Amino acid sequence: MKLSDLTSQAGEWLRGSGPMSEIVISSRIRLARNVAGFPFLTRCSKSARKSLEEKIRDTILESKFSSSKTFYVDLESAPDIDRQLLVERHLISRPHKDAQGARGVAIGENETLAIMVNEEDHLRIQVLRSGLQLEEAWEQINAVDDQLEASLDFAFSPRFGYLTACPTNVGTGIRVSVMLHLPALKLTSEIEKVFRAAKELRLAVRGLYGEGTEATGDFYQISNQSTLGKSEEEIIGDFKHVVIPKIIDYEHQARRALLSEQPLALDNKVWRALGLLRSARLIETEETLVALSHVRLGVNLKRVKDLDINKVNELFLLTQEAHLQKILGKKLEGSARQAARAEFIRDRLSAN
Amino acid sequence: MKCEKCNRPATVHLTEIRAGKKIEKHLCEQCAGQLEGYNPTKAHAPINELLTNFVLAHSGMTKEESGTCPQCGMSWSDFRQTGLLGCEHDYAAFDKDLTPLLQRAHDGATHHLGKVPTRRGGTTVPVKRQVDLNRLRKELSRAVEAEDYEKAAKLRDQIREAETQV
Repeated sequence: MKLSDLTSQAGEWLRGSGPMSEIVISSRIRLARNVAGFPFLTRCSKSARKSLEEKIRDTILESKFSSSKTFYVDLESAPDIDRQLLVERHLISRPHKDAQGARGVAIGENETLAIMVNEEDHLRIQVLRSGLQLEEAWEQINAVDDQLEASLDFAFSPRFGYLTACPTNVGTGIRVSVMLHLPALKLTSEIEKVFRAAKELRLAVRGLYGEGTEATGDFYQISNQSTLGKSEEEIIGDFKHVVIPKIIDYEHQARRALLSEQPLALDNKVWRALGLLRSARLIETEETLVALSHVRLGVNLKRVKDLDINKVNELFLLTQEAHLQKILGKKLEGSARQAARAEFIRDRLSAN
Repeated sequence: MKCEKCNRPATVHLTEIRAGKKIEKHLCEQCAGQLEGYNPTKAHAPINELLTNFVLAHSGMTKEESGTCPQCGMSWSDFRQTGLLGCEHDYAAFDKDLTPLLQRAHDGATHHLGKVPTRRGGTTVPVKRQVDLNRLRKELSRAVEAEDYEKAAKLRDQIREAETQV
């Protein structure tokens, strides 16, 4: 298995197959871990950084959870476009893409598992699953963590828990993020409700690519901020039993209100978006995401009946810059890229 | 404007107060570099750093600084600049300064209550007990808050017993 095999299909996070997938795009859990005896990366020499990477890489690839489908990407030597592709698939973070020095990512289990090596911490283990699957994700990542820990001695203190480079991650080292598609709340100008619900439990609301990104295409990511003084199960429970059901309910209400009170305005949004995507000759990523978001809402509410939801989900990913260039097999910039994107979308949306 | 020392354009403008007198200097980058005590990175400190320092100075937090970590050589002020620690031992080295910071970041929590790694060789039992103790202490403070003194008394006894085992 290698990187180029990934390009043509939707990644796990956009497979749109899990529970509640009309609204919940994906569930993600990551654990921050450091290897005892090595300084954190801010104080790691070049050579220590390299030997740390090799040690962790070998441990991962020899672990029970690894199979012939597990592969490791050396990000120090990987070309820009490959690193960008991994960001688009949510397999690495933007800082990890842009960093310097020995670092990489191991990808396995159908892209549900990605382990970043030498990011802010020595290991950032991530499990990503479609729809609302927090418990399944926790079970999977907990097992991976156990197996890694059988060979790696993780920095841990009984008082502070798992020791991390940034004190905001100390303790459990866990970050739970649920990605939600909330177009109706946006259309009805009620998105503030989401921020309030999250704030009550001190959760953060972020955009499509995490920290510091905009909520393009009506995608919102809800994540925990505190990692100390609560067990992993308690942190996950807050999401599963409190915040997420509430937000799903808000979005359902907004969708129902649109259908009963403003069906014409709703259809107008949806069909204009579809018209744009089916006719444009030049189109930017941002405009694509906004239009796809409205089309996705239209398909989920059965206002558009001749379009497969998977096709829409796929387009969110395949129209991003690295994916588009990989699929078309050439480097494209500026208006040539916009033209290629527009053509690709027209082609996908016409062949039913 | 030209540099006072050579003919290159002046790009560094320094104002110094010496013995109550204001002295202005207009220099080029090169001449300024030769000046004693001139540090361009300090001069161009990012706004967030300036703000952090300002807030810290006024909250009196800089007065009692932790020293330097004997293991990795990181100082508390290094940490304040990057927000990232240098090694696992920093948590012990900066214990006093880190605690209020952790409380702010983690809803007042100071002790771990989650997973405990099954270390190779199995030093697990005492570590597990310690984390159990963390949990009991948290429950105790909750019981006191709720004025459930009967429960609090029970928890206190459990904590005493657990402490003898750690």
